[in-house]
Parts: sequence; structure tokens; C-alpha cells
Amino acid sequence: MKKRRFTFQKFYLGLVLAVIYLPLVLVVVYSFNQSRISSVWGGFSLNWYRTLFADRAMFGALRNSVVLGVCASLCAAVVGTLGAVGFHRIQPRTKGAVEYLTMLPLMIPEIILAMVFMAFFAALGLPFGMGTLILGHTAFCVPYVYMMVKARLAGMDHSLTEAARDLGAGEWRVFWDITLPLLAPAIASGMLLSFAMSFDDVLISLFVTGVNVTTLPLKVYTSLQNGPTPEINALCTLLLAGTLVLVGLSALLGRLGRPAGK
Amino acid sequence: MSTPILQLQNISKRFGSAQVLRGLSLEAAAGEFITLLGASGCGKTTTLRIIAGLESPDEGRVLLEGRDVTDLPPERRDVNTVFQSYALFPHMTVAGNIGYGLRLKGLPKADIRRTVEEALALLQLAGYGERRPEQLSGGQRQRVAIARAVVNRPRVLLLDEPLGALDLQLRRQMQLELKQLQQQLGITFIYITHDQEEALTMSDRIAVMRDGCFVQVGTPAQVYDRPATSYVARFVGSANVLQGHVTAAGGGQLTLSVAGHTARVQAGGRPYAPGEPIALALRSEQVEFAPEGGGIPAVVRETSFAGGMLRIGLELPDGSRLTASRHGIDLGLQPGDRLSVGWAATAAVPVEVDDR
Repeated sequence: MKKRRFTFQKFYLGLVLAVIYLPLVLVVVYSFNQSRISSVWGGFSLNWYRTLFADRAMFGALRNSVVLGVCASLCAAVVGTLGAVGFHRIQPRTKGAVEYLTMLPLMIPEIILAMVFMAFFAALGLPFGMGTLILGHTAFCVPYVYMMVKARLAGMDHSLTEAARDLGAGEWRVFWDITLPLLAPAIASGMLLSFAMSFDDVLISLFVTGVNVTTLPLKVYTSLQNGPTPEINALCTLLLAGTLVLVGLSALLGRLGRPAGK
Repeated sequence: MSTPILQLQNISKRFGSAQVLRGLSLEAAAGEFITLLGASGCGKTTTLRIIAGLESPDEGRVLLEGRDVTDLPPERRDVNTVFQSYALFPHMTVAGNIGYGLRLKGLPKADIRRTVEEALALLQLAGYGERRPEQLSGGQRQRVAIARAVVNRPRVLLLDEPLGALDLQLRRQMQLELKQLQQQLGITFIYITHDQEEALTMSDRIAVMRDGCFVQVGTPAQVYDRPATSYVARFVGSANVLQGHVTAAGGGQLTLSVAGHTARVQAGGRPYAPGEPIALALRSEQVEFAPEGGGIPAVVRETSFAGGMLRIGLELPDGSRLTASRHGIDLGLQPGDRLSVGWAATAAVPVEVDDR
């Protein structure tokens, strides 16, 4: 009886993993497919990577996405960190309310956020393009940085900042010399998360971008209108590889952030 | 007399509905080692934080060298703290930690390096400058925390139970080292502990705290031998407190009735009138065994042997308890044995009752 349950557990785990990872594996495999039709294996080839690298529009979109992701996560890092540090010290009751407000963007359906951003930017008369993209993305990235920094602050020994003041540091020096360096790993992982979220976003980008600025997800989305193409498979494979690198980096940062020996 | 280095004038502090400090006043002279001794929750850490500027008092003033610093932030007070948790900066090396205060003062790099090296040598940490705090043992971290504070040559050094986390042997060693360091540097130390032995060993003066008040401030000898109140007697000297009443006063002596029997003590402190109730502090080693019929009869209730001391729990005729102790002698006493107890008239001290 016990043994059978054990095999069922294994089978179930296998099933879950297969559902999640099999499509990924297929995409990677087909990106090296000679044949233009995805479902037929025509031998190994790097053809589609060559086509992809020759596609200038695709690279423009990639560059936009990277610029957008970097700018949005930098802005989110500043806003989120200052917010978390500032709110860390205020009254618990006010803090609860503020925290809810900060976390709300994570819970509001994205389509609503997208429409609201579009309406708001239009009302302000902002020219749609990279500027509005950065603003919109920063707005939904802030909670990620805020969450990370808040968790780190909660675990930080309050007497460290007191010790710094006791040794003669004013509040700003304490922030630069003590608080910020200790928060750095949390800020970095919040930024990585923000970058991933921004890089991945279609909906909000679709609503707040201008006519001549396109991001990678938007480009992929429009190219897929006529069904999947092998170039997209190749692009996905490259992005997947990039993601794995970032995930590894984030895990490494997380480990650095924790005090050694614990 | 010159101005005291540190003056606390009538300091009060409340947190919400809890009154933590009730009108504390204290003066510390230059180079003095003062210990705030009290059980946890008596307000000693709050007192220290008010001196450091990390907490502001609701009432009262803090004066450093006669200058009112009550409203100055911690970074502008010539006072440094050794925190209970050490509070070493984990992202800086040992040298970086120790030199941080000097760096904030804007001293030249070469001077900082030299001073830090001196401090490392002084606290037997030479060669550890490039390590990170997490690579050090508890005792070493302790030394770094002390070094980081003393390199700034503060007027007053505040130490919040600095040896609390160390094991007994290291504690003893650090007690001696700290005392030597203090004498060497000539800095005024305000030291917090709940360990009366530590307080008695290290201090020039002890301020016994209870419920946000100083119950008694005096030299270790005064606090130990002439406790002002029953709380001090019990907390500092682990003394017995006996209840009785005065039957006659005169000739520098009080005649009392304790547990229905006559006893004598030397008069001291405030005068007592015949008929007045009195409490006596009597340390366990000062309890003498008299030949039967010579003193107050007592029954042995239990004996225990701890730390080279034989402790004998006795019951007096009125049911009150008394502990006697003897150094490492097996008296062959059994529970139920009867004997007589007494004490030298100079041994027992009349005290005010402030507990129970």
C-alpha cells in the first residue's frame, strides 16, 4: 500500500513537471529545427538564429525592452527603497494602510491598471512613447522592490543604525553608510524581479506605448498573429537562457544578503 | 570640587502608560566607574539610552561637563555606547568598524589607521583588522565593540550589559580587562549589569535601581555592608531580611525582639523608638551558631552544597526562614536538627522595608 502511494507521488510530480517544462523543451528543440513547419523535424540547424540576428526590427524591440526594464527598475528601486525605509519608522496603524496602498497594484487586474495609466497619461497630455512606458512600468514595479526591502528591514538589527548615530553619524550618513549597504542585496533582487516583470509585460505596454516604440513582448505578440514561427522559437530559447542566468544571479544575491553561517 | 563629567537631574520617562523612570538624579566624576545594577525591566537600559541621546526624557536634564545636552542628538554628544548586541557593522571589516567614528570626524586616513592599530593592540586584536565581524568569536566581537567606542575618546563610555552573552570564564577575564582598560584610559564608565558580583568587583560606585528609581547609590562596600533597604540587602548581598520590633534604644545599640527572642544590633541610620517595627538585613555567612539556649532557637529544614558553600535553610520559632552559610565545611547537619542562631551586633543592619 505504502509503496503504491509512493509511485503515485512520483508519477504526479512527473506529470506536473511535464506540463510546466515540456512546452519549454519543445520550443528549445524546435528552435534548432531545419524545417519551417514546427511539427516536422527536418534536422539540426542554426538557420533561425541567423534569421533572427538579421532582423533589425527585432533588435530594436529588444533594445527598447532592455532600456525600459533598466530605467523602470532603477526608478522603482529609488521609490521603493525610500518608501520602505520611510514607512519602516512610522506608526504601525498608518503603516498598515500605507502598505495596503503600496501592494494594491499587485492585486488590481492588469487590464484596469493599463486603462487607468492610458487615461491618466492622456489627461496629462504626455506624449505616448518611452517616457510613458517608463512611468507605467515604474508604477507596477515599485511594490516588488518595496516588498523585498521591507522584509530585509524587518530582519535588520535596529541597534546598527543607533550605533552609527552614537559614533557621530547624522541621519543621512547613517543611511548612506549603514542602511543602504545592508539593504543593497534586497534592492538588487527587487530590481531583478522588477526587470523581469517589466521585460515580460504586454498589456500595460500595449496601452501606454506610442506608435513608433515597440517592446520585445509586443513585437513577439504581433509576429505571432500568423501562428508560431521558428524565429520566435529561437528568440524564446535565447530569452529563456537569459532568464536562467538572471534567476541564478538573483539566488546568488539572496545568499549574499543573508549573514554567513546562518 | 570640579564640575562632574555627567549629571542626571531628575530624569523621568514614560512609555505609553508605563512609568519607566521616576526622577533619577546622579553625578559621575571624571574617571569614575559607576554601575547601574538592577533586575531586568528596572529602567537601567532606558537610563543609558537617555544619556546617549537615543531616547529623550519626558522631564529632567542631562549635563555633560556642566553643559546641557538634553536636546542634542546622539551624534553630537561626546558619549559612546557599547551595545548589548555589540551592533558591529556586518559589511565593514574590524578595522572599518573601529575607525568609523574617526572617519566621521574627518581625521586623515593615516591617523585613523594608526589609531585603529593602537586600539587593536590595546584590546589584543592585533592582526584581526581585516576580518569581518562574523569571522570572530563572541569575546572578540565584544572587544571590537569596546575598541570602536573607546577610540573616539568619549567623555563618558556607556556599556549595556557588555558581558551578558559571554560564558562565565570569559566574563571573569573580561571584567578584569575592562577595569584595567578603564583605569588606563581614565574615561568615565557607566556600566549596566544585573549581576551583583560583577557590580561589586568592578565599580567605584554602584547605583542600585528598582522600578525606575535609584534605591541606593554608594561604594560597593557601602551597598554590600550597609544596605539601605531590604531590596538592596536581598539583591546585592543575597541577605536575609528579618522582621522584629525595637524594645529598647540607647548607648548606640538597639535591643530588639526577633521571633519572640531578644537580639541586639548597632544603631545606625535613622533613630528608632521603642515599640517600632524594624527589619534587619543579615547575610547568610554572618549567621552564627550559638550553644543551645544562647540565642534564637531554629530548626534545620534543608541543606545544600553549592559553589564551595554549604547553605543551611533554617526555620525560626515564628515560622520565618533564615539562610546560613559556611565555607566548605560539612557540619553533619540533618533536616530536623535543632540549634541556636545569633549574630554579632555589628553584623545585622537595620533596613527600610521596600519589597513585598
